[in-house]
Amino acid sequence: MYAYDELDRTIINERVEEFRDQVKRRLSGELTEDEFKMLRLQNGVYLQLHAYMFRVAIPYGTLSSEQLRRLAHVARKYDRGYGHFTTRQNIQFNWIKLAELPDALADLADVGIHAMQTSGNNTRNVTSDQWAGVAPGEVEDPRIWSELLRQYTTLHPEFSFLPRKFKFAITASDHDRAAIKVHDIGLRLHKNADGETGFEVLVGGGLGRTPFIGKTIKPFVHGHDLLSYVEAILRVYNQYGRRDNIYKARIKILVHELGIEKFAREVEEEWLQMRDSALQIDDSVIADIRSRFSYPAYEKLPHTPDELKKAAHDPHFEAWRRNSTFPHKAPGYAIVVLSLKPVGGPPGDATADQMDAIADLADKYSFGEIRVGHEQNLALPHVARRDLPALWKALDSIGVATPNVNLVSDIIACPGLDYCSLANARSIPIAQELTRRFANHDTANLIGRLHINISGCINACGHHHVGHIGILGVEKNGEEFYQITIGGRADEKAEVGTLIGPAVPYGDVADVVEDIVEAYLALRARPDELFIDTVKRLGVEPFRERVYATR
Amino acid sequence: MPLVKGGKIAADALVHVADDAEIPGDGGILISAARFLGDAEALLQRTGKTGVIWPNNRDVDDLVPWLDRLAAVALVFPNFRDGRAYSQARVLRERHGYRGELRATGQVLRDQFVFMLRAGFDAFQVNKESDAQAFAATVKRYSVFYQPTGDGRITALHRRMQLRHSESAGQ
Repeated sequence: MYAYDELDRTIINERVEEFRDQVKRRLSGELTEDEFKMLRLQNGVYLQLHAYMFRVAIPYGTLSSEQLRRLAHVARKYDRGYGHFTTRQNIQFNWIKLAELPDALADLADVGIHAMQTSGNNTRNVTSDQWAGVAPGEVEDPRIWSELLRQYTTLHPEFSFLPRKFKFAITASDHDRAAIKVHDIGLRLHKNADGETGFEVLVGGGLGRTPFIGKTIKPFVHGHDLLSYVEAILRVYNQYGRRDNIYKARIKILVHELGIEKFAREVEEEWLQMRDSALQIDDSVIADIRSRFSYPAYEKLPHTPDELKKAAHDPHFEAWRRNSTFPHKAPGYAIVVLSLKPVGGPPGDATADQMDAIADLADKYSFGEIRVGHEQNLALPHVARRDLPALWKALDSIGVATPNVNLVSDIIACPGLDYCSLANARSIPIAQELTRRFANHDTANLIGRLHINISGCINACGHHHVGHIGILGVEKNGEEFYQITIGGRADEKAEVGTLIGPAVPYGDVADVVEDIVEAYLALRARPDELFIDTVKRLGVEPFRERVYATR
Repeated sequence: MPLVKGGKIAADALVHVADDAEIPGDGGILISAARFLGDAEALLQRTGKTGVIWPNNRDVDDLVPWLDRLAAVALVFPNFRDGRAYSQARVLRERHGYRGELRATGQVLRDQFVFMLRAGFDAFQVNKESDAQAFAATVKRYSVFYQPTGDGRITALHRRMQLRHSESAGQ
């Protein structure tokens, strides 16, 4: 956990007071809606179909139990008793009243949470591997650098009015759980030959209307130079990014139009002029940030304690343990993923009561720490393996132990037309129907790892382009239709999926997905050939044939 | 539209001269970049001060030969969402060492003041009278800053390091 100091607290409190004044001026009519819009967006407030939506940042996906309880409090006091975890380590509340927002922000600020820059054309919440600091084999904890970037990007005087939104993601593991290749800037922490920490910098990834996989702009930027290099990229983008067309304003379009080589040269030229500036960070600064992260004092514990041996007789427990617990860097400990994808439920939602209960369980079993992943699930990052049976019972009783992590019903979905004013089609009911179709755990296990992503419009908040199966809602003559892609992925082998055929109406989507899955089961070379690998080997054609043969 | 300079509403020492209007024989003028670049040396020979309105899509490096003789550079925010002039301001101040007046023009609203000050602006052609009057109060909204810029404000990172040093010195 990172502990805010007096300076961090001062900034967010000053931000709350500034926003309170802005809301007051809006309510009195002193600010027009046009003037106010950007100000509220920069504080995470959207105007949606039914109400204001409020998006709160969970930087690099790390929460304390106290912070999670406060999110529950906000859900209960200012909303309708639940929140929605998003694909970018944020939580959204859907029914907030404008006049109450400053108070909600002040309540969050008390525990070091804010909503700064969770929307608007600025640098957004810096996201990272939700298993940072606990994943085996990690180079080093990327959250130190994420926090450095969080501070650097917060209220940046030069980059608060960029051509369009701008997202950072950072990972320090070979297996990329942070989807860095589909971010405006993706950072892969690694060490050079001298053992010094630095970053492979990727630029111009992104989804939306025009999906691009990020390209490497520099294979190694020394950690000392990270901020100056990032500032050079942002400055080039701020000056040359397109502002004439909102759909062409992301950095990915600039990189595409200039070509990565020319873009890289522009950045290099800018960077060399400011590399030796106050932005250079020395080791003492990094050490200072690192010193404010606290790490648990792990005990020496056995890998297979008696409690686990005893519980192994319970098939339900075993199904959950095999599916939802993951190796930890400390012996005797596990990372436990809490599925927010119950059968028939909206993906990523948690009630205030669930949040409170999870916070209590984090205190009891996970050193008071919770993680939020881009798959819209939560995790308890430091659970002693001997506690798994007891924890499982508790998680199961509050409905967050569905053993479907990484399986077909672990669906990522945006809020869609049920909430969002941009959406063309509903996402949540599609996800709910699919979880019912694939509710049988044995079938889901037989299918194996399969990620379905659903977006209710071309803005791609559900990351449909990089779903193994991607579902995109479109509107055709006033009706909801869905385009289906296969073969996308968001990890270190990131790829954009391929359209399998013409869009299908709302009522057919679940059938089509079932057909695709059946085709896969028939086509796979071996039971352990994953869906994504079968698509890679065979291409989309055999899937297209099977799905459209009878349609 | 009121001009805020030195932290308060001030009289404008420069007269905006349109491209098709005659340049007065003396007195301060504020003219377009095109007009200035068309006859820069002659214009700078005048007795009055010269300020240039610089568009936000033109490289400020083109101004460098004349920077030490200009009284003002006015950068433009065509609307407040267009943030290109923040970068121009920092490059002028921090890279080219420009020390004259740096004026924010266009859609300049209260909620940009702190960002603008940090980027190096010291004069503000403010859209609303009420915003101009609120200038002094608004710029005190923030007391902690994360990023180093040319405005000299000490960053949070460095304040922490100073605190550490003073703590260890006191032990």
